[in-house]
Amino acid sequence: MDWTALSLSLALAGWTLAILLPLAVVAGRWLASTRSRSRPWLEALTALPLVLPPTVVGFYLLVALGAQSPLGDAFARAFGAPLAFSFAGLVVASVIVNIPFAVQPLQRAFGAIPHEVREAAQCCGLSRWQAFLRIELPLAWPGVLSATVLTFAHTLGEFGVVLMVGGSIPGETKTIAIAIYDRVQAFDTGAAGTMALALLVVSFATVALSFVLSERWLGGARR
Amino acid sequence: MNLSLAIGHDAPPLDLDVVLPAGEIVAVVGPSGSGKTSLLRAVAGLMRPRRGRIALDGDVWLDAARGVSKPTRERPIGYVSQHYGLFPHLSALANVACSLTHLPPRERHARARACLELAHVAGLDDRLPRELSGGQQQRVAMARALAREPRLLLLDEPFSSVDRSTRKRLYVELKRLHAELAATVLLVTHDLDEAALLATHLCLIQRGRIVQHGAAGDVLTRPSTVAAARLLDLPNLFTGTVEGGGAGSRLRWGPHVLEAPAAAAFAPGADVAWTILPTRVLLHRVDRPSRGESENPVGATIADLVTLGDDVIARLVPDGLPDDRLHLKVSLHVARRNGLAPGRAVAVSLLADAIVPLASD
Repeated sequence: MDWTALSLSLALAGWTLAILLPLAVVAGRWLASTRSRSRPWLEALTALPLVLPPTVVGFYLLVALGAQSPLGDAFARAFGAPLAFSFAGLVVASVIVNIPFAVQPLQRAFGAIPHEVREAAQCCGLSRWQAFLRIELPLAWPGVLSATVLTFAHTLGEFGVVLMVGGSIPGETKTIAIAIYDRVQAFDTGAAGTMALALLVVSFATVALSFVLSERWLGGARR
Repeated sequence: MNLSLAIGHDAPPLDLDVVLPAGEIVAVVGPSGSGKTSLLRAVAGLMRPRRGRIALDGDVWLDAARGVSKPTRERPIGYVSQHYGLFPHLSALANVACSLTHLPPRERHARARACLELAHVAGLDDRLPRELSGGQQQRVAMARALAREPRLLLLDEPFSSVDRSTRKRLYVELKRLHAELAATVLLVTHDLDEAALLATHLCLIQRGRIVQHGAAGDVLTRPSTVAAARLLDLPNLFTGTVEGGGAGSRLRWGPHVLEAPAAAAFAPGADVAWTILPTRVLLHRVDRPSRGESENPVGATIADLVTLGDDVIARLVPDGLPDDRLHLKVSLHVARRNGLAPGRAVAVSLLADAIVPLASD
């Protein structure tokens, strides 16, 4: 059992969530309410990682994060280390790959809030921030939960993009999914099986927890 | 003290300029799609008209020409939408408290409780909206709208989602609250009976334009145009020719010449549309003639009769006017006593003061 790989995967999922979730809340709410003509294009853009092969996404990210790119160059100057094949680069890649998993549930949740309820918040004299915190965010809670679970579970299981952008550097970019692949390549099916089981248990626990919370919320709503 | 509305908008179409009295219940009545709700939303600031000016007692909320537009949250309004828009995750008390964020947190709940009590829903503080009946939801929405002590209360068909008996109770509640709070109420409804019961001022609207407005009693009994008469669903709509002038003005209607002082406003010889309420057409009693029968007597034959509860609507074919139908409304016992039946000849009087000539649209 490669505990380092497991903790790296959990750290990657945690960082991805911490960065992506607030941005996804803002983007999901905006996409749910905007009448901008650019909306379908932006929706298509956010959904792109779902339909592109991981190798394609990984290739473009590698190009975008590499030392020759402005981003990679700026990062290397600021931190003295390259972005590609580093944990930081992996976080950037993971955030981008997970955009559809975070934004889409939140967009649907904010879109499901009745127009009348949003307008009632304005008529009650609530500021935008008060209306968001007291009315919209609590009502979009199932979406926040879905986005969290999907992003977390997908990050744990992500393989192709991680391999392309991070390679397989132990303690830096070797996540548990890569470690399983490594062990299988080395015919160490025992270790691969243990790690696969660990990943399965963690993923199942995460998804089950989301269903329990969702049921509790919906149960409260039905009572 | 008035609410001044001058609004121009393309989609949905609105083109109106009207000054409404403050402190009264003003009903905005019109068919579906006439712009009633859009008008309310524009006043609330939920829709920004392209052109116009909205002011309550000199406090300007919108002046499109000067780029002034107060956001909804800064307008002193209370708004009850058709489905109430209660916050589904918050209790009745918390819903009302949301309108009180301008108060210190300690005072909010006490004030919210007082508002729920005022709206006669005390004791339901902890219930979520889905645990309340339609009437209770409406009352909580009303309590929430009143909590900010609005100067203008905007009600968008607030009684359309409740049953008849609840609706009647809520009518009484609205009248009571209005008397207590003295706020201006703008009530949107498509129900003329509801408007007649509640409003002191009536505003008829069609295709985004004001067709007629004024004291409710006047508008309901004396429409000014054919469009207004149609909106009021007045069944007696005929055409006549003006004769004479001044106080002795008359209307020629087929072979009948009717005294109609109101026709003085039209040029002699002009063909005008005119109307009369079915309740102002008086049936001559068959057993005992009365003095009123000398006023615009018209002979007619009963085409058909419809009984609606305690009332009977008779459609009459006036003598010499086979294509016109004069509607007469009498109580059931009057219809029985006079033996009204299809095919029977009767005589009626058209009250001269109730004959309303109508301007063309």
